[in-house]
Amino acid sequence: MAFFNKHEETMSSDEMSSLQTERLKKTVRRAYENVMPYRAKMDAAGVKPEDIKSVDDLAKLPFTTKQDLRDNYPYGMNAVPMSDVVRIHASSGTSGKQTVVTYTQRDLDVWAECVARVLACAGATKDDIVQVCYGYSMFTGGLGAHYGAEKLGCSVIPASTGNTARQILMMQDFGTTVLCCTPSYAIYLYEHMRDNNISMNSVNLKYGIFGAEPWSDNMRTQIENFLNLTATDIYGLSEICGPGVAFSCQTHKDLHVNEDHFIVEVVDPVTGLRQPDGVPGEVCFTCINKEAMPLIRYNTRDISALHRGKCDCGRTLIRMDRITGRSDDMLIIRGVNVFPSQIESVLLSSGNVDPRYLIIVDRQGTLDQMEIKVEINSSQFTDQIRGLQALENSIKAELDSALNISAKITLVEPGTIERSVGKTKHVIDNRRLD
Amino acid sequence: MLTKQISIFVENRAGRLAEIAKLLAENDINLRSLSVADTSRFGVLRIIVDDPDSVEQILRKKGLAVSLTSVLSVKMDDRPGGLAEVLKVLADNNINVEYMYAFQASNNEAYVIMRVDNDLAAQDVLVKAGYKGYCKF
Ligand SMILES: [Zn+2]
Repeated sequence: MAFFNKHEETMSSDEMSSLQTERLKKTVRRAYENVMPYRAKMDAAGVKPEDIKSVDDLAKLPFTTKQDLRDNYPYGMNAVPMSDVVRIHASSGTSGKQTVVTYTQRDLDVWAECVARVLACAGATKDDIVQVCYGYSMFTGGLGAHYGAEKLGCSVIPASTGNTARQILMMQDFGTTVLCCTPSYAIYLYEHMRDNNISMNSVNLKYGIFGAEPWSDNMRTQIENFLNLTATDIYGLSEICGPGVAFSCQTHKDLHVNEDHFIVEVVDPVTGLRQPDGVPGEVCFTCINKEAMPLIRYNTRDISALHRGKCDCGRTLIRMDRITGRSDDMLIIRGVNVFPSQIESVLLSSGNVDPRYLIIVDRQGTLDQMEIKVEINSSQFTDQIRGLQALENSIKAELDSALNISAKITLVEPGTIERSVGKTKHVIDNRRLD
Repeated sequence: MLTKQISIFVENRAGRLAEIAKLLAENDINLRSLSVADTSRFGVLRIIVDDPDSVEQILRKKGLAVSLTSVLSVKMDDRPGGLAEVLKVLADNNINVEYMYAFQASNNEAYVIMRVDNDLAAQDVLVKAGYKGYCKF
């Protein structure tokens, strides 16, 4: 097992907590002194920087939300003057203004180290050739992976997105050994090669670093088999820095958080109180080693649970489950909480590698109705009507037991569920609640 | 006697079959025979074409859910009771027919396409009983 920074990645919990405490105290003081929205929030909550004496005291501080970033668009959350800012990224908001993130040179160096840790953990070394097929743009994926791979000393191909035929040609000609892209693009690459009779032997991929969208363990095994590589999950969000906040190791269990830079907490979505380890809730990060935009208790609305203890890979970094949903996506149907991700995992276990589905919620009389349209793919389609009916019934039975409510399943033709770029819109809620 | 049939998943909505028929025509795909099985929500369009492997690839690339199935194509004697005799041969050998449909070749000969639970065994017993397949697609 390789480490980029063995000292930090394998620290004892005492060492880690004293490093975190020292960095947290400094961060809170800087935020209070330099970021007016934080001063206002802390004053309103009656908390002074000197009240923060340990990591546990973090619970005294108010949360930061995406709305805070929008309200202070574009530079209101900055703790440094623009003369110290060397990079600006922004994330596409699904509604309203985009959220802006700024970096000092030191912030970029820390970010690159976080990504280098992910690559080293995956098995990459300076001898590897890394093809980055994330977008190079305001999105953090492309440049984040790029600088991380350079930090490790790899040879980096800044391929960016699009033109699949050319991506494959570059893999063949340049001898790409590490692929960085979204898991759904990895599957798309495989399908393109299969459909065009391009042999897997014509490329030499060893490792894949996949992220920027949720994916399951089932999908990971499929990608590993399809592309003949070992896959690593990279997690991050631009508000915190970008990819590299957390990552999976070869045990493939959960994600190690780079907690010397980002303190992670999981809180109850309703009460805001910290959940015990192992209990799912909303994931919040505090950037304790960031100069330009040190967010405090930023609530990601991602749902996960935390685990402590030394991993088989040797890392002592706190672990979080793969993201299993978003609290914003939660639907309440007949009083039951339903996450689209639960539906996705049932579809994945039915043998659909890259499920495309649409949840349609409606209200007939006083009763909520849920219909799930699922695109059938050729691998699931047999010639027989009763095979299709059996497929519908088995998906329905598994969903009923996973969700505790009954849904109507409708199989639809491939390509009929509308895709938006990057994200698929999964829910249409036609209920009129008046 | 064994022939590859292409099955296509079709949503049961107005005009969808017409769109698929147009797609087949645009790609110069000549249908020898077809049948549709459906429920209220979806159906399976089954077609017999001259070059099933390449047609399957074309349809797959067009994004349709398709599969290839091995079926029997059996030449029918042109007299009453012809079909009953074929079915009796299969029944006597414990072979179940899942579905069947007919077509007429350009020389006016009548054929039946059958999907059975054991296509190789069915072929054996039908050949032994003197039946011929339509292999010159
Ligand atoms: Zn590990």
